[in-house]
Amino acid sequence: MLLKVENLSSYFFLDEGVLKAVDDVSFYMDEEETVALVGESGCGKTIAALSLINLIPSPGRVVQGRIFFNGEDLLSVSAEKLRKVRGGKIGMIFQEPGVALNPVFTIGHQIVEVLQLHRGLEKHRAEAEAVRLLAATGIPEPEKRVKAYPFELSGGMQQRALIAIAISSNPRLLIADEPTTALDVTIQKEIVDLLRHLQKLYKMAILLITHDMGVVAEMATRVMVMYTGKIIEEASKEELFEEPKHPYTKGLLRSIPRLGAGHKEPLRGIPGAVPDFLSLPSGCTFHPRCEYSEGFCFKKFPPLKDITYTRKCACYKHYRI
Amino acid sequence: MKKRRRSRDLILLGASLLPGVGHIALGKRSRGVRLLVYSILMVLLVFWRWEKFLSVFQNKSIGDWVAALFLIISLAACVAFSVWDVNRLLSGTVKKAQEKSPFQLARRRFKENRLAIISLYVIVIMYIIGILAPLLASHDPSAIDDVLETRYQSPSREHPFGTDEFGRDLLSRSLYGARVSLSVGLLAVLIAVSFGTIYGSVSGYFGGIVDNVLMRLVDVIIAFPTFYLLLMLVGIFEASVFFLILILGFTSWTGTARFIRGELLSLKEQQFTEAARAIGLPSRLIISRHLIPNAMSPVLVSAALMVGAMIGAEAGLSFLGIGIRPPTPSWGNMLSQGKDALLVAWWVAFIPGALLAMTILSFNLLADGLRDALDPKALMRRYI
Repeated sequence: MLLKVENLSSYFFLDEGVLKAVDDVSFYMDEEETVALVGESGCGKTIAALSLINLIPSPGRVVQGRIFFNGEDLLSVSAEKLRKVRGGKIGMIFQEPGVALNPVFTIGHQIVEVLQLHRGLEKHRAEAEAVRLLAATGIPEPEKRVKAYPFELSGGMQQRALIAIAISSNPRLLIADEPTTALDVTIQKEIVDLLRHLQKLYKMAILLITHDMGVVAEMATRVMVMYTGKIIEEASKEELFEEPKHPYTKGLLRSIPRLGAGHKEPLRGIPGAVPDFLSLPSGCTFHPRCEYSEGFCFKKFPPLKDITYTRKCACYKHYRI
Repeated sequence: MKKRRRSRDLILLGASLLPGVGHIALGKRSRGVRLLVYSILMVLLVFWRWEKFLSVFQNKSIGDWVAALFLIISLAACVAFSVWDVNRLLSGTVKKAQEKSPFQLARRRFKENRLAIISLYVIVIMYIIGILAPLLASHDPSAIDDVLETRYQSPSREHPFGTDEFGRDLLSRSLYGARVSLSVGLLAVLIAVSFGTIYGSVSGYFGGIVDNVLMRLVDVIIAFPTFYLLLMLVGIFEASVFFLILILGFTSWTGTARFIRGELLSLKEQQFTEAARAIGLPSRLIISRHLIPNAMSPVLVSAALMVGAMIGAEAGLSFLGIGIRPPTPSWGNMLSQGKDALLVAWWVAFIPGALLAMTILSFNLLADGLRDALDPKALMRRYI
């Protein structure tokens, strides 16, 4: 087991109250596995991922939990050691590659920086390695592109450069925070293929954060669904797509437009909106939007329970779905 | 064919031992002429002041040593650069520059600004003259002989700028004064900008309580009137050039600090900072390698402005008699001496005043040019 997260909670302490962005989340990841973390915007996916390397922006902070990475608890290691893990053992790529690259330096400069930091390469060797990495991410004419500034590259190229930076230290885990959201569809496909290719090549696990079910279907082996800071369903990709157990997951899958579905069947979303984190509904936070809710749903949040050997669900009514 | 080319290359390389000749032959005229003119002037200076040049090395004055060493080293550097650059041009490793890096683009825009280029030349020449003052000066700047005979002589062949109330050669004094005034300006700004940048970036990056404490301290320093602080310090310690540099430097860093802090407050929220943290870069390196370079160009502009202001401040203090003390010449105290004789001998005050005005104006124009070059949007706003 590469990563094991136990009872992780990350709260934001605002003037208006405590915002529980990640609330008692537990999950695990195996080596070379791709786990997708899905959910609507603002459900705590990104904060959960940032919590892993303790990078939550203030006034947020991890309030409890344990994060075992390679058997070490990342929340109790020294700051120095955590720094070595970041970018060393855990790489990260971002939603908007254009703003995640420093505008005043060349791509090559930024890759060389990581290589010197984590692999201790000398300058000229790091430069050669940077060209190799750019080539590995499928950037044409890498010798020329190392000297390019971020604004001279297209969005797809920028994302490739960012991926090159993330894989430069040969990480065990790659956190991909909406890697394709800011790109157009053809480029999305290329980036997804690239990530899959690199995953095999470098034997790394990928934690994929996305709300794009298409990308999930392409890449993930397992899927975790998040809602209001909690994981509400966890299953293998096939199980999840074939037979969602949580009404929220069902709603998510139903809201994907399908070609050839015919005009008779209208596209149905999930009624209502994501609730305000500061005044969450009582009981199951999904109950106001749920067609099955009744009785106990209003009183207590359902625990995430094993419903078969391979999957978990946090719903009292899952047998009805 | 190949052999002929090789021999041509060797001849060119040999020729560029006389700096600039190779460049001119290769069609890089302006660079070649600059190198050639500078080297010829320097060599002429050595022959013209041969006695003085030799005597420097028996001398104990640091200023004289600096002048002589600067001359020798700059000449050697010219020769070395000339040969290296011609070799580079010949081997063809210089690609037709695709001007694209922000720095190159800024340099190109800067070159288009004629006023800024002229002021840059004025400033560079002033500094060279200041450094070489001991070799250039025809008289000892503080030698007083036969005062009644030589005082208040109007400009003449012997004294191109005239003489002052003690019969001292004003040209020589202006040259030495340039050294004092210019070095005070540059070094004080160097202190102010580097300290202010570090201080402001720490404050802005860490934020919260650190920021609060550091910025309140800045408020205290701003609230304290610099002039009285100076008066007090000069009263306690003896005013020297070095001391004046320290005081001016350490009382004027607050503007830079506040500016950098503001920039960092916004830069640190941008995602590339988060990305830099995610690759495990320590805060020290995030600040120095990622954030400060992003905030640097306005600082550069204000630094150029500040040099002019510092030279003015030094002159003002010396004029009032609390800066550089006579007989060490600085433009400020020369001005102060001249004011008493304005009706008898106008040149005593006019010359340092004109030099001051020219230098400060040059720095202001340079700052203007830098701003236009570094921030093209500002240039556009000006035309709209």
